[in-house]
Amino acid sequence: MAVVSVQHVTKLFVRDEGEPTVALKDVNLEIEEKQFICIVGASGCGKTTLLRIIAGLETTTEGSILLNGSPVEGTDTDRGMVFQEYSLFPWKSVIDNIAFSLEMQGIPKAERREKAEKYLKIIHLEQFRDAYPHELSGGMRQRVAIARALANEPKVLLMDEPFGALDAQTRNVMQRELLEIWAETQKTIIFVTHSVDEAVFLADKIVILSPRPGKIEEVISVDLPRMRHRTAPKFAELRKHILESMEKSATIR
Amino acid sequence: MRTTKKNTYRNILIPFASVAAVIIIWQIVAVYVVGNTFKLPSFTEVVAAFITDMFGSRGTLPEDIAVSLYHFAIGMAASLIVGIPTGICMGWFRDIDIALNPIVEIIRPIPPLAWIPFAIIWFGLTHAAAGFIIFIGAVFPIIINTYTGFRNVPKVFIEAGKVLGCTKNSSLITKIGFPSAIPEMTAGIRVSMGIGWMCLVGAEIFGAGTGKYGLGKNLWTYYNLHQMDSVVVYMLVLGVIGIIIDILFRHYVNKQTVRWQNNME
Repeated sequence: MAVVSVQHVTKLFVRDEGEPTVALKDVNLEIEEKQFICIVGASGCGKTTLLRIIAGLETTTEGSILLNGSPVEGTDTDRGMVFQEYSLFPWKSVIDNIAFSLEMQGIPKAERREKAEKYLKIIHLEQFRDAYPHELSGGMRQRVAIARALANEPKVLLMDEPFGALDAQTRNVMQRELLEIWAETQKTIIFVTHSVDEAVFLADKIVILSPRPGKIEEVISVDLPRMRHRTAPKFAELRKHILESMEKSATIR
Repeated sequence: MRTTKKNTYRNILIPFASVAAVIIIWQIVAVYVVGNTFKLPSFTEVVAAFITDMFGSRGTLPEDIAVSLYHFAIGMAASLIVGIPTGICMGWFRDIDIALNPIVEIIRPIPPLAWIPFAIIWFGLTHAAAGFIIFIGAVFPIIINTYTGFRNVPKVFIEAGKVLGCTKNSSLITKIGFPSAIPEMTAGIRVSMGIGWMCLVGAEIFGAGTGKYGLGKNLWTYYNLHQMDSVVVYMLVLGVIGIIIDILFRHYVNKQTVRWQNNME
């Protein structure tokens, strides 16, 4: 059974004047356990909206999201999220940021810090345990944000262009680290990006969304072994195919 | 080493010298130019008056300081107790904002001293009457800054809070809104303490209080007695206490929040 099941999801954004915008139209998607899914598409194709609906931060106009077979309503700790913007709480140290969800569960301070320690280790930032977010680089902040989302032990990790604000070099490092984290924690990950390169490097399955209205253009399984080489011919071939598919969907309309 | 020495020189000696220069000029002008204690008491006369007021058998300066600080404490405590919850509710709940905003905007422009007649009628000649005037002056900056602080909580913090388990408004307010709004709130409290301290003098001069002690009250008494040297003493004491309150508050706030606030983008 799928962990996450997106069923006939349609989302309209109603504005005060003019026609409502159709952000998503009848989107269906099944995501299996421990899969790494990337959703790609041009900006404005509704990929972030879809992720936010799965997170429970937006409602659907029609359709529903099932998590292990039961419909989701609103946010809950079974879905972790990493945002594109830096979302760490500046008033909390690294370890307390990671332990935040445990704090919300009412776990005592000593115990939750101990639990958070495990995730601090996974992101290799032990020496920054007591640092505050403003003392960290962009890449480090996103690593802490990943650890914070994981500390909740969610069933699925949602990532909304988490490396979008990073420079190309850091971005490549982060992608590699994310794959290691994924291998270690065995999470189901849904990752939104506009970078085809990033998607081909990371994903088991790539979902191409086409814009206005946002709907699924194509779903591609990537069976290249990891770690993938960006310069390999198969990698380039796949990237070309996806880019063409995106271009086609953009020009038809 | 050399730069440290130079900085000590610049940061301590220069201010010291400029204050000393003002005192010397003051003394010369008072003694040789004005030559009238009533119009401008000299520095040495003020120092003598300070010693009499502070330590003399008839001096009431210690009692005046204590009573004024008491008035100030009443007013500030009340304005924090009322202002912070009001600001939070207005900043967080749209409907409360819409409901309370016109009321706040109508009352806010009334100068606090205009409330003195009603303060006396409602509270009598009590410490609470003086505290009430300080409250009126101090509460609005607290409301408005708390409101702004809660309004400006970055959306991503609220959403991160939601996905991490803050499902109720109460937990979002205490765990996300409050810490995020602290810099704005402390700025508001600082402003309100300055305004409250100013209102104190007016309130006491116009008779709010028990009518015996208070820095503002007896500043006015000395004016009526034409003891202008003591008036200057009270003016300077008011200024110095105002600065001390501000420094203590800033020191406290910095200790609490400077670690994460420093260099925040």
